This record gives sequence, structure tokens and C-alpha cells, in this order.
Amino acid sequence: MQNNSIELNIKVPNQTKYLSLIGRIAEDIAIELDRFSGDKETLAYHMNLVLTEAMTNAIKYGKTDEEGESVHILITISEKKLFIRIYDKGQGFDINEIPSPDFEDIQENGRGIFLIKSLMDSVTYIRHPDGNTLEMVKLLS
Amino acid sequence: MDLNITQNDKALIIRINEERLDAHNSAEIKQEIKRLFEDGHKNILVELKNVRFIDSSGLGALVSGFKNATTHQGSLKLSSLQPQVKSMFELTRLHRVFEIFPSTSEGLASY
Repeated sequence: MQNNSIELNIKVPNQTKYLSLIGRIAEDIAIELDRFSGDKETLAYHMNLVLTEAMTNAIKYGKTDEEGESVHILITISEKKLFIRIYDKGQGFDINEIPSPDFEDIQENGRGIFLIKSLMDSVTYIRHPDGNTLEMVKLLS
Repeated sequence: MDLNITQNDKALIIRINEERLDAHNSAEIKQEIKRLFEDGHKNILVELKNVRFIDSSGLGALVSGFKNATTHQGSLKLSSLQPQVKSMFELTRLHRVFEIFPSTSEGLASY
């Protein structure tokens, strides 16, 4: 690991009451990022949001570890990129098959992945034989 | 969930006194708005002054309220959005769906 790299490996119970804790961690990381020259308050909100959305998806759709009782999140920050990876053991889905929300026919649901894709520079969801990884990348420069 | 509900002569005001509106608490506000419309209230103004963070579940709960309003020939309006919360409405184009007012007094004046 480089001297100025940051890596956080987090496991929390798969309960929505921990969303605010994960959101706060995401915001704190963003605020401390000296290497980011943009608006840190906005970056903080966006990190909070994408982690909240991704963790909510993992809770809803994934059995997230052997016991299905926790969500595993890995946050890695290098000189120029911020990676967020969320692991789950559910059935998985094809992220490219999820449509954007219909802005004319307003529905209650279906904005989570759209928000993640809108706010991050790259989003992939990879299905492995032993589980799935949602990887979100934000460029810092 | 910390909600403060007051009846004004023009509308029922729901003040959401929570920092976050997310998947943990959005079902509760959704149910509450539904119940209030079913109880016969026609005009509801939701004040979001104290809400610093909203996710897609929180937006969905307010969309549900908007649909309930339409079903009951009523209205659901929003007031006092913090800038980052407002930006989420803009990103999802929901600012075109809701009537959004800078302050609760301006929201009440619209009735």
C-alpha cells in the first residue's frame, strides 16, 4: 500500500439502522480528503448517498455472508481514485438491464441504481460463483 | 420517527425532525401520510427543514404521498429543502412533480 493510500474494511450487521453509521463514515472520509480539489461537502453527500443506496440493495437482495447476517464494504482511496466495493451472496442482477427511471410516469421505486450511476464515474456489478461485487469508482482529480 | 404534525387553517403541516430520510425510516413517513389522507385531510405540506439527507427510499415515500394526494383529490407540497436535498429532487427530475416552496409560510400562502 502506498504511503498516502487509505483502506477501510467494514462489516456491519445487515440492518437498515446501520445505514447512518456507514453514511457518516463515508462523509468523514470525503471531508478529510486533502487530495480532492473539488467541493468536499458535495463529495461527502454523494459518498453518503451511494453507500446508503448500495448497502440498502445488499440488505434487500443479498445474503451477504455465510450466515447472511452482515454487509461487507471495502473502501480504498489511492492518489487519484476512490473505490467502494460492496460484497453480497445473493442471486445478483445485471446492472445494465436496470432501466433509468421513467421521468414521465412517476413511480415510487427504481431510483437507487440511477443515483449511483449518476454520481459515480464508473459502476460495475460482477457476479462470481461465490458471490457478487458492486464496485463504484470516483475519480478524485 | 420524530414528526411534528400541526393543523393550519389552510393545510396540515408535517415537520420531519429527522436528519436522515432513508430506507430505515421512510416506510414510517409513507404510512403516516397515507393514514392522514385516508382520515380525510386534503392538503398536506411537508416541511423538510431539518432533513439533511434523503435517499431513493425517502424520495419514494414522498412520491407515494403525492400519489395518495391525487387519489384523494388532495395535494402534497414540500417546503424548506436544504440545498443537497433539493439537488436530489433535481437529479431525479422530481422537482417537476412536486410543488416546492422555499419556506413553510410561502407554502401555506399557495393554498
